[in-house]
Amino acid sequence: MLAHGKVIKYGDNVDTDVIIPARYLNTSDPAELAKHCMEDLDAAFVNKVNEGDIIVAAKNFGCGSSREHAPIAIKAAGISCVIAETFARIFYRNAINIGLPILECPEASRDIDDGDEVKVDFDKGEIINITKNKVYKSTPFPEFMQEIIAKNGLIEYIKASLYR
Amino acid sequence: MSMTMTQKILAHHAGLDKVVPGQLIKAKLDLVLGNDVTTPVAVKEFKKIGLDKVFDVNKIAIVPDHFTPNKDIKSAEQCKYIREFAREMKIVNYFEIGQMGIEHALIPEKGLVVPGDVVIGADSHTCTYGALGAFSTGIGSTDMAAGMATGEAWFKVPEAIKFELKGKLNKWVCGKDVILHIIGMIGVDGALYKSMEFMGEGVMALSMDDRFSMANMAIEAGAKNGIFEVDDKTLAYVKEHSTKEYKIYTADPDAQYAATYVIDLSQIKPTVAFPHLPENTRTIDEVGEVKIDQVVIGSCTNGRIEDLRAAASILKSKQVDPHVRTIIFPATQKIYLQAMEEGLLKIFVEAGAVVSTPTCGPCLGGHMGILAKGERAVATTNRNFVGRMGHPESEVYLASPAVAAASAIAGKIVSPEEVI
Ligand code: SF4
Repeated sequence: MLAHGKVIKYGDNVDTDVIIPARYLNTSDPAELAKHCMEDLDAAFVNKVNEGDIIVAAKNFGCGSSREHAPIAIKAAGISCVIAETFARIFYRNAINIGLPILECPEASRDIDDGDEVKVDFDKGEIINITKNKVYKSTPFPEFMQEIIAKNGLIEYIKASLYR
Repeated sequence: MSMTMTQKILAHHAGLDKVVPGQLIKAKLDLVLGNDVTTPVAVKEFKKIGLDKVFDVNKIAIVPDHFTPNKDIKSAEQCKYIREFAREMKIVNYFEIGQMGIEHALIPEKGLVVPGDVVIGADSHTCTYGALGAFSTGIGSTDMAAGMATGEAWFKVPEAIKFELKGKLNKWVCGKDVILHIIGMIGVDGALYKSMEFMGEGVMALSMDDRFSMANMAIEAGAKNGIFEVDDKTLAYVKEHSTKEYKIYTADPDAQYAATYVIDLSQIKPTVAFPHLPENTRTIDEVGEVKIDQVVIGSCTNGRIEDLRAAASILKSKQVDPHVRTIIFPATQKIYLQAMEEGLLKIFVEAGAVVSTPTCGPCLGGHMGILAKGERAVATTNRNFVGRMGHPESEVYLASPAVAAASAIAGKIVSPEEVI
């Protein structure tokens, strides 16, 4: 599996309230949520994001509430992957469970700049910075999570185990 | 290898003798919780699995509290959707307007969590029930769906940080100040992926309401869960509220911790978290001149009876500043009634505050107290992120009910001592 796109970069502690403000939580429609993605942090996001783009952030990305609307909004906005130094744990879980690929890689998070062109090879756990001609290594997912991802999310994984 | 409280509870629920940090396990669940924001997504996912019943009608709780009483048509539709699901699945613990309250105050009050339980909730502040010596953690809607279907969830066994509490709190200092102090010290990712375990003689000096508000904010330090040692006060609370069977887990004396902090409760001062992160804390004497437009007292952090009593003791026979809109929202119907019987609501209204029905409303900028551009609020809630209570250019200062009430009178952030 590959992701390939331009990078939109953010800093530390990007919380779920700025990813999708609570005033829009009266719906769970992905397309509706995507319209307001990142609104309170970066109002320009929805206009500049292109299908396949990659978010790179620093520490504790996705901290705050448990709203799955946050990874859903990011995915529906067209983001193909989020790379950060660390993720808040509920966001991490939710992203895996809904099939939004995310990678923890402190080196990539520091080195990649806004606007860089980046390719991600999930099988190898490799992040390739085409603009800077550099490669960063990230830790691959534990086996159990790989299984969930291979089944395209937790629901399919459970279906497979229930009706086995 | 020896284990912490959290590790023992998880091991037991996974049917294992031992677990180690980092291990991935599947644990049996004693309760699966959701609210009106997260449950609609969970129900959609549950329906994709194709089951016609949930794993246990008694072990699921659904509490519409965020946008209720419904603030608009969309939220009414969401509530209708989950209400119908609850009826169809015969879910016993569905709490409609009239019985409801803010989930994390309501669930313990209804006796649905007891020591030793494993609880997941599609709401980040599910960590609140750690106050009862349970393992309790926030998860997302898909996890909730999976939990309702299977009665199980996957977990990575966390490392722990130990907080050894000693001493007693001074007057006008409460659990909220302690947890703000701790978050200020370790940061909003200071306990990332870890459990925060509170123990020591200082725990005994804390009321249950103090412990609930401390466990509530464990997530604000990035923790997976917060958990308190069980003592006589815990057991008295459990006896009063529940008939469920409980089990007490204690940490092995030689359990391993990623870090240990000794916190002397007598040294803690009223503490305020400045915008826009709960870690931006200052003690009340370092606050300076911060004029405010609104005060909000309530939420799953500080909407319990002791919180209302503390606020009332300050507001009694006084008036809030005419420029400060003061909104008080008891966390549950039972707390509301108790506050009424104790005369607290009268004190609030006479002081010029409004009292709202239980709802999350203002806490998440949902309804019932939204801030305009440039406005500032002191709130007893748990998050002060950008735009949390309204306009992205508004500000939220987190504090205890005593500080919030005093600030409402003064029109700026002050210590309770300044208005008494
Ligand atoms: S009161 Fe606030 S923090 Fe608590 S559950 Fe409601 S919205 Fe969340």
